[in-house]
Order: sequence, then C-alpha cells, then structure tokens
Amino acid sequence: MLTDSTKSGANSTPAAADPLVQVTGLKKHFPILGGLFRRQVGAVKAVDGVSFHIERGETLGLVGESGSGKSTIGRVMLQLDHATEGSVLFEGTELTDTRGEALRQIRPKMQMVFQDPHASLNPRMTVASIVGEPLREHRAGSREERKTRIDELLDLVGLEPGHANRYPHEFSGGQRQRIGIARAIALSPDFIVCDEPIAALDVSIQSQIVNLLEKLQDTLGLTYLFISHDLSMVRHIADRVAVMYLGRIMELSDVDELYTDPKHPYTKALLSAVPVPDPKIEAVRQRVILEGDIPSPANPPPGCPFNTRCPVAQERCELEVPAWRELSHGHWVACHFAE
Amino acid sequence: MTQSQPVLEVKDLTTRFDTQDGVVHAVNGVSFDVNPGEFLGVVGESGSGKSVTMMSLLRLIPMPPGEIISGEARYDDQDLLQIDIEELRDIRGGKIGFIFQDPMTSLNPVLTVGYQIQESLRIHQELPTDLRQDRAVELLELVGIPSAKQRLKSFPHELSGGMRQRVMIAVALACSPKILIADEPTTALDVTIQAQIIELVKDLRERLGTAVIWITHDLGVVAGIADRVIVMYGGQIVEEAKVEDLYESPHHPYTIGLLGSIPRLDQKGSELISIAGAPPSLYSAPEACTFAPRCPWAFERCHQENPPLLQIGEGRRAACWWDIENERPRDVD
Ligand SMILES: Nc1ncnc2c1ncn2[C@@H]1O[C@H](COP(=O)(O)OP(=O)(O)O)[C@@H](O)[C@H]1O
Ligand SMILES: Nc1ncnc2c1ncn2[C@@H]1O[C@H](COP(=O)(O)OP(=O)(O)O)[C@@H](O)[C@H]1O
Ligand code: SF4
Ligand SMILES: [Mg+2]
Ligand SMILES: [Mg+2]
Repeated sequence: MLTDSTKSGANSTPAAADPLVQVTGLKKHFPILGGLFRRQVGAVKAVDGVSFHIERGETLGLVGESGSGKSTIGRVMLQLDHATEGSVLFEGTELTDTRGEALRQIRPKMQMVFQDPHASLNPRMTVASIVGEPLREHRAGSREERKTRIDELLDLVGLEPGHANRYPHEFSGGQRQRIGIARAIALSPDFIVCDEPIAALDVSIQSQIVNLLEKLQDTLGLTYLFISHDLSMVRHIADRVAVMYLGRIMELSDVDELYTDPKHPYTKALLSAVPVPDPKIEAVRQRVILEGDIPSPANPPPGCPFNTRCPVAQERCELEVPAWRELSHGHWVACHFAE
Repeated sequence: MTQSQPVLEVKDLTTRFDTQDGVVHAVNGVSFDVNPGEFLGVVGESGSGKSVTMMSLLRLIPMPPGEIISGEARYDDQDLLQIDIEELRDIRGGKIGFIFQDPMTSLNPVLTVGYQIQESLRIHQELPTDLRQDRAVELLELVGIPSAKQRLKSFPHELSGGMRQRVMIAVALACSPKILIADEPTTALDVTIQAQIIELVKDLRERLGTAVIWITHDLGVVAGIADRVIVMYGGQIVEEAKVEDLYESPHHPYTIGLLGSIPRLDQKGSELISIAGAPPSLYSAPEACTFAPRCPWAFERCHQENPPLLQIGEGRRAACWWDIENERPRDVD
C-alpha cells in the first residue's frame, strides 16, 4: 500500500542549533486568473513546500534551472512577497506574520543584491544618494555622519570617493554591481540574498564581484543566500548547496559532498551537464543527457516532480511524492531510491 | 589535421559603426581560416566583436551605421564581401548556414515551423513541393524533434526554448551547408538543455561533415566541442590555437587571465584571480595593445604599438609583445 509522504516531507526540517534563518514548509503559489469573472482557475506553484536553514556566517548556494523558484524563495524570505504557507524564522522572529512597523524594524538586517545592476539603480540619482537612500529612510545618523558612512561604503566595495557624485550610466556593469552592493550593506545587515548577482556580468568581471562578496563576508560577518544557475561559481562560493527543481528542493548538503557524491538523479544530471574548461576532461566525460523539458509549475507532474525526465524513475515515482530524508549527517535528499 | 584547402579564409576584416556617440571600431583587422569539417570555437566577452565579425562575412550587419572598411572573405574562390548580393543570398542559408541571436535572422513568429524550413529549401534547392515536405520532416527528425510531422504545423511560440533552437538548427542545415555559423546558440538555454543541443550538434557534425563556427563566451562549452579556438578581445583576435594547446598552455595574457578567473565544477578552487579593470572602449582605433592597461606583463612597447597576430608555434598565433614561454620581450620588428 502506498502512502502519501508529502506531509512528512514538508515537515522534516534540517535544523541547526542556532540558525540565522529557518525556513519550514514554505509555499508560494501565484494564482492564475481566467474566465469572464477573472476567477482563480489554477496556480503557479513557484515554491511548493521547502525547508532549510542558514547558519550564521555561511553561504547557502541555491541552484536550479530557470523557473525552478529560486528568486521566489529569496523574495518570500525577505517578505518582498507573502508566503502562501509555511514559516520563515529570522533570528527567532516569525517573518510571515510580521507586518508594518515591526517589519520595518527588521528590514535593515536583511538585504538583497539583484541580478541586473542597470534595472535596480535609479538612473536619476547620484551614487551617493543611491547608497545613502537606506540610511535616510531609516534615519541613520546625522547628515555629516551619513556622508562619512557613504565614503566608507564606497571604499569597502572598491569605488573611489570621487565616484559619489556621478550617475549610474557613467559606470560599467561591474562597477554598477559594486554600487548595488554598497547600498545593500549600508545598514549593516546580517543577511543578504544575492539573486544571480553575476549573471549579467562579463566573465572577467564576475570573479571581481565574487571576490568582493567573499571579502565583505569575512570582514562584516555576513550570511548569504547565493542564488545562481552557475554551478561552478556556486561550488566556489558556497558552504552548503540546495538544488531546486519545479518549486522543490531535491537535494541539500555540504558543498563538497554535493559535487563529489551527488545522491539525487537530478543533481547528477545537472552536474554532468555543466561543461568543464578542460578539453582532456571533456573528452572522456560521461554525460547524463536528460530528455525533454522542465514541466510547467502550473501543472507539475504528480508524484516526484522530476519523474518525467528522470533516468531511473519507477512506477512509484509517478504516484508518490518522495520524502525529504536525511541520508547522512546534513545530507538531505528527496528521491525514493537515493542511498 | 589534414592539410586541405580551407573552406573559408578571412583576411584583414575591419568593420566600424558610425554612431551618434562616435565611430565604434567593432572589428579591427581580423584574419582566420576554417578547414573543411572543422569545429572552430570563437570565445570572447560581450562586445569583443564576435557577432559583428561573423555577420560581416555574410554582410548581415545594418549598413549604415555599419561599414565594412576592408577585408576579404574567400569562400569557394569568391570573395563574399565583393560578390553581388544575389549570389551572396544563394550562399547565405545555402552553403553557409547560420544561427544568429539577432531576432531579425531568427524564426519568424507568425509562420509555422514547416513553412520556414520549406522556405529555405525553396530558395536554395530545386525540389518538388511534396519532396520538400518530406525533407522538412526528415530535418526535424534529424535534430531530434518528436512527432516531427505534426510539428510542421507548430508556430515557434508553441515550442520550448530548446525545441526552438533545434528548429533553428534544422533550418540552418536544410540545404546541407559546408559551414554552419552558430552565434551563442545555447547561451539563453538552461544547462541540461544546453547539453542536449551540444550533443546534437556534435553528432550532426560527425554525420554531415559540416564545418562549424561556434561563438560563445563560455570557455567550458568550447573545451568540450572545438578542434581549434580563436580568442577575441577588443575587436581583434588575440590568440588562436588547437583546443588542447590553448587550455594547457595559454600564451596570451588575456587568455591566461580568463582561464584563471573562472571557477571549476570539478575542483574546489582557492581564490579566483580576477583580471583587474574593464574591457577597452572601442571608440578609437587600437594604437597600442588593447589589453595593456589590464596586463600584468605589459611593458613599454605594449603601450606604444598594437601587436599583430604573430605565428608563435605550429598552429598557434598570439597578438602579444611578451614571450611568456621565455619570459622576455618577443624578438620581432
Ligand atoms: N509574480 C508572479 N506571478 C506569477 N508567476 C510568477 C511570479 N513570479 C514568478 N512566477 C513564476 O514562478 C516560477 C518560479 O519563478 P522564479 O522564482 O523567478 O524562478 P527562478 O528564479 O528559479 O528562475 C516561474 O514559473 C515563474 O514564471
Ligand atoms: N548596429 C550596431 N550599431 C552600433 N554599434 C554596434 C552595432 N552592432 C554592434 N555594435 C558594437 O560593436 C561591438 C562589437 O559587438 P559584437 O560583435 O556584437 O560583440 P560580441 O558578439 O562579441 O558580444 C560592440 O561594441 C557593439 O556595441
Ligand atoms: S524519486 Fe524517482 S523520479 Fe524522482 S528522482 Fe528519484 S528516481 Fe527519479
Ligand atoms: Mg531568478
Ligand atoms: Mg554577440
């Protein structure tokens, strides 16, 4: 007799002693409206029951193909979007039911760095006013103190004091991303969601920004959720990694273990698809080529979300959602057959 | 590689754009060959002139503002830059298939997939209508599209990104080209879909013997598919080598910097060594080495003269005044 293991899947939580952030059973469904009366006719299950924690000072990498729900997780964690269900505990405070002034008080501690430094910076504001905006908004310090702080921030991210009075369009993509980072750290946050922070940058500039993020983490004691589809960069920057597919986390573990000994068939396929810049290795690499495309999150397959493309799927996979199991210490996986 | 006549010889190609902000020196004296059946990788960051180089060959850049200032592109004893436009149209999509990112040359959203493939066959090959349809089905099957016959009636938007790219490949291959130019054909795709497309192109190239020019900014992709690689920077070729040589012992400081700055999936890296600074402005013609401001090895000459692409070994060229191997300035005039 087959049992429905969805419930246990959503509730078992990889918990740490004192995590900075604890996410449990988180869901975000976007309504699909249709028909004459714009009634809800369905839902995009962008995030469909995920649980994980982030420890203080660590970088959790969040990888997965486009549309898998990575950005939505980041936005819901920072309360830029309301959760449909589930909990986000930040330093012990439940964020999903925090509103108004209480939320405003917490906001400075959690910031976001966006993918597109062009779109996220107001073209009519100078660098100083962009970086100083969060300071003004939260009335941090006097005018003079704010000015000093802005200089300090520009220096921290590798910009010149002389850049303060210039406008975003006068900068290259990499420098614009530095401006975005300066703004994000202005209020001395504890936690930053970096949502594809290097995806729009040239290869030679990507490493500059990643090195900067690492330096800031060390000097300021920051905790990162690093969202990226670049699995090579995530191996470099992350301490632990979560792999998403169709709104769910398929696997989560320590970074080295995930890359050297992946347990989930999707992780295996994903890693094997990433080209390595070494012709000798490429010449002998065995690839798992997945067939077909990712299903729509508006209409995910029943059972394991990966079953339509999984090379080792059995009948059970179409019927039963795999439980979220801890295979070995800190190594979580959602597959019936992973061992 | 066997010493056969190249299928394509490009010499001293220079293309500029006359824009409101000034003249963009997009491609500056680019020369390279493509051998029959060869897989040539072209790498470089955005703005390095990869697309403009390839589009110039087929005279597909908008003119104005673009202008091909000089150069030669020999294909089959003709200069593509000189022959009359009717002849060139025959070659484009006929003997030279191409997949550009540019939406102008991509699939037409209001025409069915089948129509677009058959259109290419109609222009370039004299086939009776019913055979054209058979050939279109055959092509879709060739590129791995399931239920090919039904798919003929699909519009591009009804297909996923990966499927659309397969259709683009089918269109490009419709007339059995000698050369296929693919401009970042997998950049917009997810990595598992990219792997599908790469597998497909590798397989097709083996079966059809088509030479492929594959443009990408991803050094990983090139490592797995190319026989030979050209590295572009600031509108010039800065290095050219067989794929193993390039990755094992890059000779141009830019290539060295690029390979050092990318993390690897298969190794736990230490700190990434980034290249300081930013790519050059293209608003003036190169008068010195365009990489000099970012180059750890730069010396006086680098700031004074633009290095030509020098032969530095068998099948290897580099545009650099510094001899990395012997750690001294190169002994050339
Ligand atoms: N505001 C929204 N309304 C409706 N659907 C959305 C919205 N935001 C995201 N989605 C959908 O949710 C899914 C996950 O999106 P996203 O979190 O952006 O994925 P990722 O960042 O992994 O690419 C996608 O199918 C996307 O189209
Ligand atoms: N139609 C155009 N008008 C003006 N400048 C252009 C045009 N097309 C390309 N360029 C410029 O030419 C340079 C080379 O571009 P491109 O060949 O597209 O680079 P890549 O393909 O390597 O990213 C860039 O600086 C680009 O801005
Ligand atoms: S549960 Fe089944 S379908 Fe899902 S990944 Fe495991 S084997 Fe594949
Ligand atoms: Mg996203
Ligand atoms: Mg291009």
